[in-house]
Amino acid sequence: MRTVYAISGGVSKFAKSRPDKTFPAIVKEAYDYAIRDIGLDFPTFTKIVDGSVASYFSDHFTRQLMAAIMAQDYLGLCPKPSHRVEGGGATGGLCFQEVWKSIASGHMDVCVAYGFETMSHVETWKGNEFIALASDVSTDYPVGGFYSGYYAMMVTRHMKEYGTTVEEMAHVSVKNHINAYHNPYAQKRNRYSVDDVRNSPMVAWPLTRLDICVMSDGAAATILVSEEGLKKLEEAGAVIKRPLVKVTGIGRGTDAMRMADRPHVSYDYFIENYATEQEKNDAAVMDYYKKLWDKGTRYPGVHSFRAGRTAGNMAYKHAGIEDPLGELDFVELHDAYTSSEIQTYEDLGLCLYGEGGKFAASGKAFMPGINYDLDLADEPVCPVNPSGGLIACGHPVGATGLMQAVFAIWQLQNSVEKHFGDGTLQLKEPKKGAIHSHAGTGTYVSVSILEKED
Amino acid sequence: MNKLPNKKEETLGGYIVHGVPFPIETDAEGLAWLKRMTPIQIEQDYRITYLHSYAQDSPWFAGLTNKKLLANQDIESGYTYANPRGHDMYSGDETVWIDITEREAAIHAFTVCHFGSEEFLPETPFILALIEFEGVNTLLLTRILGLDPFAADLDWIGMEVSPKFLRNSKLKPTDVYFTPK
Repeated sequence: MRTVYAISGGVSKFAKSRPDKTFPAIVKEAYDYAIRDIGLDFPTFTKIVDGSVASYFSDHFTRQLMAAIMAQDYLGLCPKPSHRVEGGGATGGLCFQEVWKSIASGHMDVCVAYGFETMSHVETWKGNEFIALASDVSTDYPVGGFYSGYYAMMVTRHMKEYGTTVEEMAHVSVKNHINAYHNPYAQKRNRYSVDDVRNSPMVAWPLTRLDICVMSDGAAATILVSEEGLKKLEEAGAVIKRPLVKVTGIGRGTDAMRMADRPHVSYDYFIENYATEQEKNDAAVMDYYKKLWDKGTRYPGVHSFRAGRTAGNMAYKHAGIEDPLGELDFVELHDAYTSSEIQTYEDLGLCLYGEGGKFAASGKAFMPGINYDLDLADEPVCPVNPSGGLIACGHPVGATGLMQAVFAIWQLQNSVEKHFGDGTLQLKEPKKGAIHSHAGTGTYVSVSILEKED
Repeated sequence: MNKLPNKKEETLGGYIVHGVPFPIETDAEGLAWLKRMTPIQIEQDYRITYLHSYAQDSPWFAGLTNKKLLANQDIESGYTYANPRGHDMYSGDETVWIDITEREAAIHAFTVCHFGSEEFLPETPFILALIEFEGVNTLLLTRILGLDPFAADLDWIGMEVSPKFLRNSKLKPTDVYFTPK
């Protein structure tokens, strides 16, 4: 496999509604930004780029089949090769990895990932219905299809198993909203308190409106290249920031569409198949897990995302990461719900299974130098969702995973201040970051590792 | 004190408008103005009726109509699915039907939906739950009746429940629901 560099990206402003532009024109905002950021003009880049992969989730929201080809056409990329990927909420992350494959395999030297979703064309509750159609329409949807309800069931089990509290969940919302206060691309830039989160309208007990991301219109694009692609672009006049950002690891996992069908495996099976290498090598951790199983915990059940753990383990192995919390400088993860951010801390090995709630309220996942008006016991170790995540940035599904990639590229290029007009969210010399994309109740999950070259 | 809504819900619908503002002359000034106009938004209706087949899962729904809760089982391993599933995910073999109507059942996880998808909004608040059954390896998504949706409590998890069946079957998974024993 060849080395893959992530050299540039662009994001449209995520908004509740963008009736001013068609979806291809919104994609073009992000695409043009990515091209401009490497100092090329549109025709020059068009001549060099080998192809693209398009990302959008729902034909229902666009009420347009083959929407991707309309974006490809509008971007002037025809007749270059392209295809659409779709994997629910993980669509953007999967798209990013498909582009990675095109470059790593030698099939292309310069390839663009672009993604979008325009969710404002229907009322919110119709939108919820569309999303709920991503559950089994024979057995699950007719019972009361509602994704917030599905995730709420998962977290009540997490609370029961591990003692996770709603206040710990609210810490995630406070963190991500306040981070987004400094991100001009974010849809919601508000300062909230734990009380604000708990006092907002109850949507699906115990999740309130501020525990849940919103629907959005938006687009994002990233450009990935090989060594040869880099050369071609630079010979054409591109100015590509050094040190370069490489994509050093990719991983994916899946799980049953009906969360009711997911297994509840034994301790031995968990250790053999799902424990991280770090967990396996620590006798105290093994003992901790043994005690959990003795108390009745089974894995993954509905409280954990086996697909997330599988994707994380695969990406870490690929990138040579042995200690995620110690080695990752930041993570942009799929926080469609505060609860799923907590569950994902555990899946990604940032903390042990069962400790996600405490980790959320500890301060370890917060940004340095930002006042959250919270009493946090620990200093930041690995900021999670420095951009504000889905909860505050919004979640135009097909764009979301690519938005995470763009913000990760900007962190590693040390260019957050340039793009945001505000350097508050720039971490000090980050070396390595992870992006995590997640589909309906953990059915598809992707994890990609981005790393600054020495 | 309950928080009352302080924002009127936005809905589609309204007056039908024929004709929109447009420059009187399509001269340079008029055409340039077109770049500054607000977008035109129209409503598009979209209705579909699907003919949906439950296919190999049909006996499960037939069971509900006849007040029986069926499950699928792999003969060799005994691995049992509370949901209808034609083939076992481990052996790949075809499963057989078993009757779990009388099995001990308990709430494994739950939520109270105070909002929902458009189709279910009129039914809010309603309780969704995943049910665990004695000797069954997987769970079943269902509705719970008989508990106060405004008094949700984590202690509901583990509560013993039993199935109830609609007298007038709708051939939907909601033909069965559960109530506390």
